[in-house]
Amino acid sequence: MQTGAPFSFERFTFPDLKTLLAKASPLRSGDVLAGLAASSDEERVAARFVLADVPLKRFLSEVLVPYEDDDVTRMIIDDHDADAFAPVSSLTVGEFRNWLLGDDATPEALKHLAPGLTPEMVAAVSKLMRNQDLIAVAKKCHVVTAFRNTIGLPGHLSVRLQPNHPTDDPAGVAASILDGLMHGSGDAVIGINPATDSPEAMIELLKLIDEVRERIDIPTQSCVLAHVTTAIDVMARNAPVDLVFQSIAGTQKANESFGINLAMLAEAEDAAKGLKRGTVGDNVMYFETGQGAALSADAHEGIDQQTVEARAYAVARKYSPLLVNTVVGFIGPEYLFDGKQITRAGLEDHFCGKLLGVPMGCDVCYTNHAEADQDDMDNLLTLLGVAGCNFVIGVPGADDIMLNYQSTSFHDAMYLRSVLGLQPAPEFAAWLRKMEILDQNGRTRPQLDGQAAQNLLAWSGAA
Amino acid sequence: MSNLTNKKIPSGLDPWNALRVHTDARIGLGRVGDGLPTERLLEFQMAHARARDSVHMAFEAGSVRAQLDGLDRPILDVHSAAPDRPTYLQRPDLGRLLDDESTATLGKHAGDYDVAFILADGLSARATHDHATNTLSLILDQLGESWSVAPVTLATQSRVGLGDEIGAALGAKLTVMLIGERPGLSSADSLGCYLTWGPKRGRSNADRNCVSNIRPAGLSPEKAAKKIAYLMTESRKMGLSGVALKDNSSNPDLIEG
Repeated sequence: MQTGAPFSFERFTFPDLKTLLAKASPLRSGDVLAGLAASSDEERVAARFVLADVPLKRFLSEVLVPYEDDDVTRMIIDDHDADAFAPVSSLTVGEFRNWLLGDDATPEALKHLAPGLTPEMVAAVSKLMRNQDLIAVAKKCHVVTAFRNTIGLPGHLSVRLQPNHPTDDPAGVAASILDGLMHGSGDAVIGINPATDSPEAMIELLKLIDEVRERIDIPTQSCVLAHVTTAIDVMARNAPVDLVFQSIAGTQKANESFGINLAMLAEAEDAAKGLKRGTVGDNVMYFETGQGAALSADAHEGIDQQTVEARAYAVARKYSPLLVNTVVGFIGPEYLFDGKQITRAGLEDHFCGKLLGVPMGCDVCYTNHAEADQDDMDNLLTLLGVAGCNFVIGVPGADDIMLNYQSTSFHDAMYLRSVLGLQPAPEFAAWLRKMEILDQNGRTRPQLDGQAAQNLLAWSGAA
Repeated sequence: MSNLTNKKIPSGLDPWNALRVHTDARIGLGRVGDGLPTERLLEFQMAHARARDSVHMAFEAGSVRAQLDGLDRPILDVHSAAPDRPTYLQRPDLGRLLDDESTATLGKHAGDYDVAFILADGLSARATHDHATNTLSLILDQLGESWSVAPVTLATQSRVGLGDEIGAALGAKLTVMLIGERPGLSSADSLGCYLTWGPKRGRSNADRNCVSNIRPAGLSPEKAAKKIAYLMTESRKMGLSGVALKDNSSNPDLIEG
């Protein structure tokens, strides 16, 4: 491994790449908590000047966690596609930013480049970018995936319908599913966080969603967000599993704290693909991530939280997911203190994931002990819509009564589609029209006297 | 199903608002264009305001102390190393350490106790103000005479881990901490209880048992006290707490016995 002289700029020195990345990162409470943040604004910008001159190639020779100690590092290095990297291989981080914003970085060029980029390169360049740069470049990255519908097409916005209930009560879950469908939500996935992580609970909830999906022929997919090992268990029992969920992070240690390793993810992907339940595609994995996860597990390996988050997307990329969701404000103010930090992190995560070729969505959210409110969520939601985010979360009234945090609502998704002229996934939009939920102008205006709506209401009443 | 038409629904609610009997989720809210009707918007803002006020409310150890007068037990005030609320929220590590004065205070009362009770503000001082003393006296009613109980500690700017320092300083075999939980939008007054056998610095959540959502509209203080007393008894019997200690207290025979 290359170990050059310390990086320096004027009176500031930075001993290694890991330190340089951390000091260059926009201020956030998690890096302060970890003792990694720049000690002044001047030091932060000095680090950016130095980072701008670092050749992209250096990230291939100087790894942040030793190759022999960490399977995520090994995956990043071993899977690197040198041919794909060639167009930018001679650039520095600063030159790479210029290139990304330039006209040569077309959607097609960015798509071919993705396998040649490592998460560290992507995190590095994000630290030199303003919010508008993150939006402008992400908008050029089209990552399209499919299962029973097609997600991530330009001009489209999908929504995860999140009908959580504190006791997994079937009638309570069904009532929230109905509410979401009537608001045009649910094309990304109908995804429940179960109150109890057990095979029996998972199977019961899967059957509940599967019944309504088949009964009224909804072109979408379901997911019960239990542990990957639970999903492997119930797939062996022939439960109707569409997508396998798992929380993932950017170091081996952090993944171990989630009770997973990379082999488990591969096994789950194989098993779910083998069920052949997809109709228009076979992306079968759903991953969630979030800045601060590795630090909170004391497994960040001295890496700043934004960079280690980007490494999680390299993990995700390996297993061709349908959806990757950064749950950006869930973790609390000790990692992202306020609306400003949450907004920045959401845009960084979306940009980094998309540039790596990952189908990014975002749970635009906050907790009651963070300095944030619905105005902050409106801002980030709108910015992500402009940036071409694949999907957002829909929770009834933005209030998740199971996980005790505030996300975005079905109404929020309608707002975003409306102001930006975005459509649901094409197959799902056709279904919404058939159900007389979307009107001829593409607005969500359910016709409650129609037979279709009556069928839906009758199902929810019976569930 | 003519009752499912928009015309007959009051104040802009969706016709499936009736399904709200099945869930506390905010369904059937109605809609103005793509937005939320004014009344629903303000309801949300009020819930959020209450939750935030609970987080930022100062812990009034004095009034909690007054509520405990009837118990006729010694009471100690301690403070974490987080000097104020903003620091507390951003530095959870400091909320798990005692300040120097508190360490000295506890040292003067060190002994050999079966259990130390700690009433802590956590993320909702309101929960502690409203439900902690009641829950504590209900637990004591369940316990009987065989327990030697350390002075009750009132902990300000406290995280769960502060109980480990307090328990160790007092010389208690077990700590039972009643602490304000992170407020949900509709549960600003939710109290949590953490039991830790062999308290000392460095204990993890896997070493603890938790009884959550203690409030009148959640798990009532009466039911919570029974659960906690059961867990305390089992913890002492087995000499441990955490994942190896299962809560079988829903079996009534185990509780009454």
